[in-house]
Amino acid sequence: MNFQDIIFYVFSTVLIVSALGVVTSRNPVYSALLLVLSFITCAGLWLLLEAEFLAITLVLVYVGAVMVLFLFVVMMLDINLAQLREGFWRWFPVGGLIALIIVAEITLIMSGSYFGLEEMPAPDPKPADYSNTKELGRVLYTEYVYAFELAAVLLLVAMVAAIALTLRHREDKKSLDVARQVSVRKEDRLRIVSMAAEKKE
Amino acid sequence: MESIQQLFEQFFGLEWGFMLFTLVKNLVYIIAIAVPLLLGVAYLTFAERKIIAYMQIRVGPNRVTFFGIPWLRGWGQPIADAVKALMKEIVIPTGANKFLFILAPILTIMPALAAWAVVPFSAELVLADINAGLLYILAMTSMGIYGVIIAGWASNSKYAFLGAMRSAAQVVSYELAMGFALVCVLMMSQSLNLGDIVNGQQGGSMLNWYLIPLFPMFLVYFISGVAETNRAPFDVAEGESEIVAGFHVDYSGMAFTVFFLAEYANMILVATLTAIMFLGGWLPPLDIALFNMVPGFIWLLLKIAFLLFFFLWFRATFPRYRYDQIMRLGWKVFIPITLIWIVVLGLIMQLPESVRNDFPYNLWF
Repeated sequence: MNFQDIIFYVFSTVLIVSALGVVTSRNPVYSALLLVLSFITCAGLWLLLEAEFLAITLVLVYVGAVMVLFLFVVMMLDINLAQLREGFWRWFPVGGLIALIIVAEITLIMSGSYFGLEEMPAPDPKPADYSNTKELGRVLYTEYVYAFELAAVLLLVAMVAAIALTLRHREDKKSLDVARQVSVRKEDRLRIVSMAAEKKE
Repeated sequence: MESIQQLFEQFFGLEWGFMLFTLVKNLVYIIAIAVPLLLGVAYLTFAERKIIAYMQIRVGPNRVTFFGIPWLRGWGQPIADAVKALMKEIVIPTGANKFLFILAPILTIMPALAAWAVVPFSAELVLADINAGLLYILAMTSMGIYGVIIAGWASNSKYAFLGAMRSAAQVVSYELAMGFALVCVLMMSQSLNLGDIVNGQQGGSMLNWYLIPLFPMFLVYFISGVAETNRAPFDVAEGESEIVAGFHVDYSGMAFTVFFLAEYANMILVATLTAIMFLGGWLPPLDIALFNMVPGFIWLLLKIAFLLFFFLWFRATFPRYRYDQIMRLGWKVFIPITLIWIVVLGLIMQLPESVRNDFPYNLWF
């Protein structure tokens, strides 16, 4: 066991414990925060695999943006905790069964002959100046350019649809018209009145 | 250095000795970066009070001194403030979530310090010279918001919560513009490594800095940086005239001071990154013997100080933005500008070599 193994086991333990915490904690804000923790430890594991671009992007996108908005929503909701936990034990067997099936499937695949340690030996560590990001960019924009563009268009369509579904035009709103604000002239607003001087009482 | 490494290897064996040596070495480096940074933060608060005071025709702090030396009057103020904050009680409000309430300031200062790991201070002086430095910086700065949100929620107060909500929306909006501005920088330098970005700006004079070809991006990045650090005129998260002090209204003593430190550490970080990305980092403004004699570290410090002055100047000059105006600036002005500039830059990069060389000052590569 060397230093890297220790780091791996520490990160894995934290990841599993925090992932369990996401589903078992009573407070939804705690759940969201534990999800953030599991993302960060997951990024640490990916760094060990020399996938630095994916690891940092996970932190940047999911921790830095998505989960912030998630927390935003979770904190604003006035959630009745008792009501939320009502059906837990009733549905527990179904959830447990699904979890067991997933574990069994993963075990079957991982212990099969295609994915054994002999079939997939650890790749040689890359030299220090090897840029994961550059390679990923090259592959994305050459070999997989159609799939990549399709995914991008799909996201754009979803974004436009989300905005179109929630957009409503109100007649009585008082929003600013910046062009009108900027083009205002002194003559439109200011009236200079010449008055005769008044005597003090 | 070699002999210390050998000493470690003799004590703990070859593999473990090397690991422990690396650990201890990096810890020492981290302290060597963090301690001057925190001192810089302390004296930045002093500089802010003094500079804003002179701008408003006052004198600012002018009492506390060291050993009664008269010409050092005022210079002891940050130390006195720190001691005062340490002595004070940390009041935890009733109904607050104790664990998160204490965790929030820690979560705020952590990314502000962690981002310094990849910052190059000169051609050789960098703690972690990693390939994806720019991405790492973006990831770290985007994590700073958690402290603010958690503080706002854990305080169990409406004002604090409103401040946290404002801050979250603002930071998420301006991060996009910031990221796009940095995409332009990395298109110019073709590298995510901060050292390579500075080296890409090397040349005869300051005309080679990315400041000139990317001037709109420089403005976008710097203004977004001001917004991202919740500084005036974008400090609606604190907004003392509307929501008392925003997210840290319930904090006192050292817990409040940590928020304060994180804000100023973030200011220094944004100034440093702007200096590295647009103002040529440690490079002198002119490639002449006199300027080359000055160590690169000093040039970087001068550029950082120059940019920090703007932060203070903004605060003394501009009134606070209204909230909808902040959102408009971020989404409707900055993001379109950056998107258009990325396309323009990409088109210029596709021009044939002969045409690109005819550009004035050979600005484009």
